[in-house]
Amino acid sequence: MAVLCLADVSDGALALDATSKAITASTKLGDVTVLVCGPQAAADAAAKIAGVNKVLCADDAAYAHGLAENIAALIVGLADDFTHITAPSTTTAKNVLPRVAALLDVMVLPDVIEVIDADTFKRPIYAGNAVQTVKTTDAVKVITFRTSTFDLAADGGSAAVEATSGAGDAGLSSYVSDEVATSDRPELTSAGVVVSGGRGVGSEEDFALIEKLADKLGGAVGASRAAVDSGYAANDMQVGQTGKVVAPDLYVAIGISGAIQHLAGMKDSKVIVAINKDEEAPIFQVADFGLKADLFQAVPELIEKL
Amino acid sequence: MKVLVPVKRVIDYNVKVKVKADGSGVDLANVKMSMNPFDEIAVEEAIRLKESGVATEVVVVSIGEKKSTDTLRSAMAMGADRAILITTDQGVDIEPLAVAKLLKAVIDEEAPELVIAGKQAIDNDMNATGQMLAALLGWGQATFASELKVEDGAAVVTREVDGGLQTISVKLPAIVTADLRLNEPRYASLPNIMKAKKKPLEEKSADDFGVDITARHTIVTTEEPGTRQAGIMVGSVDELIAKLKEGGLV
Ligand SMILES: Cc1cc2nc3c(=O)[nH]c(=O)nc-3n(C[C@H](O)[C@H](O)[C@H](O)COP(=O)(O)OP(=O)(O)OC[C@H]3O[C@@H](n4cnc5c(N)ncnc54)[C@H](O)[C@@H]3O)c2cc1C
Repeated sequence: MAVLCLADVSDGALALDATSKAITASTKLGDVTVLVCGPQAAADAAAKIAGVNKVLCADDAAYAHGLAENIAALIVGLADDFTHITAPSTTTAKNVLPRVAALLDVMVLPDVIEVIDADTFKRPIYAGNAVQTVKTTDAVKVITFRTSTFDLAADGGSAAVEATSGAGDAGLSSYVSDEVATSDRPELTSAGVVVSGGRGVGSEEDFALIEKLADKLGGAVGASRAAVDSGYAANDMQVGQTGKVVAPDLYVAIGISGAIQHLAGMKDSKVIVAINKDEEAPIFQVADFGLKADLFQAVPELIEKL
Repeated sequence: MKVLVPVKRVIDYNVKVKVKADGSGVDLANVKMSMNPFDEIAVEEAIRLKESGVATEVVVVSIGEKKSTDTLRSAMAMGADRAILITTDQGVDIEPLAVAKLLKAVIDEEAPELVIAGKQAIDNDMNATGQMLAALLGWGQATFASELKVEDGAAVVTREVDGGLQTISVKLPAIVTADLRLNEPRYASLPNIMKAKKKPLEEKSADDFGVDITARHTIVTTEEPGTRQAGIMVGSVDELIAKLKEGGLV
């Protein structure tokens, strides 16, 4: 078996956490070749991940911004040599891999959480309220792995890096701009602690309370959809069925009711703490430690006493 | 400009799904069904394009069992002009690849300049149909849209991505998939619900298209996920801190 794993590259740098976890999953399927759409330095970083056999580096402006048409064509050009085409379930891969699959006339297996064998996989459906075991009959398997369920691969690899190229720009789409929030906090999907705020926080100003607590705990900041829709938090902080899926050691949900769509993104956290003034809030049904309190009293007290 | 919007009938997002004890799937008997929420957002966006004079016609298409007629009528009550239903066998979830092939066949006839789809169906959570359709048509794609502008033969789309927002420009014809914050869908008014009953709804069958929709995936079993037990309620912030310290978490 031979696996082509599409690395996640953001702004020219390898997204190590997501890529490494997808490599862990990919090594269960066969020899792993990593495709890096980015500069040599990103490819070199991928080559250091243990378990990687070879790195293909496509350093071309056409592949720099994750444009699906260009990257999908590149992958299809390489596909003949592989039984599996994989990637971490990032927004880039979710954009590109279904396109690859359709071009190869195969189905896609999104958000796989467990590899049973070379053609059988487990994936969540219905916002994680059911888990399906699916066996595919397709010759080439196109898979994205949910990174929160796989461990980081070790480092210490020394794979060879080879340049590769494809047709370049398909001329269908073009990059205009990015609006990327930068923060010194850990990345949401790999942080050991996540503190999330919901509609109960009430305003963008008061969302600073959530950020303060996160800083106190050295954690990342998350949010419910309601908090993002209301403009308290940025879209990339949304945790849930249709946002990010996290599984930190500690997840603190503040002013979040615990709708199934939110639980889908955090219920695999090791320890869940919920602070909510409504004792009937469904979040308490999944919380290890629940505190029924007004967040405007409890959170400042928590920040002070920690 | 004609805009085409595919819509899917799915379990209502408020319903708590029950997995069948025999592992054969989830229980959909007597469960409330609705239009996939992301598709509702897609329909709304298409209607807004028509209201602002950019689009001239909004066609909605559904692939599924006969009851998907309700979903199409809802879309027309919101403001879509006409509908196409492609009926398939009852109780079979058609895979995104097959859906994309059927939609391609419809699009070859209808020739829309823009397709707006929901980014993901909340039942199988595939997040694939729009991308697959774009591939089969050889069109550009802009997924996870939170803003859409149509100008100079292109769709300029702001996308919700892991790092924040990305704006790209895609040549028309193109596929756009809707994310949560593209708009807030309207409720259909009673007069519009009545009017929608008279709007044209064309019914076809998957067999009419000569497209192979055989499933590529065999569902071996469907299980309950591991459930979490509720823990304890603590009485104060101090107690919470003590518990977290005990667990070595702070
Ligand atoms: C298609 C679709 C996809 C979705 N995807 C997601 C997703 O990915 N992620 C997500 O989170 N949601 C998602 N949702 C939305 C989800 O259904 C809920 O609407 C949302 O999670 C609610 O957010 P919330 O808990 O912040 O708000 P609410 O449900 O309004 O809860 C607010 C909570 O705050 C508490 N509160 C208020 N004031 C205080 C106070 N002073 N002190 C303490 N507690 C207080 C209240 O008791 C309440 O429990 C999706 C919905 C749909 C339809």
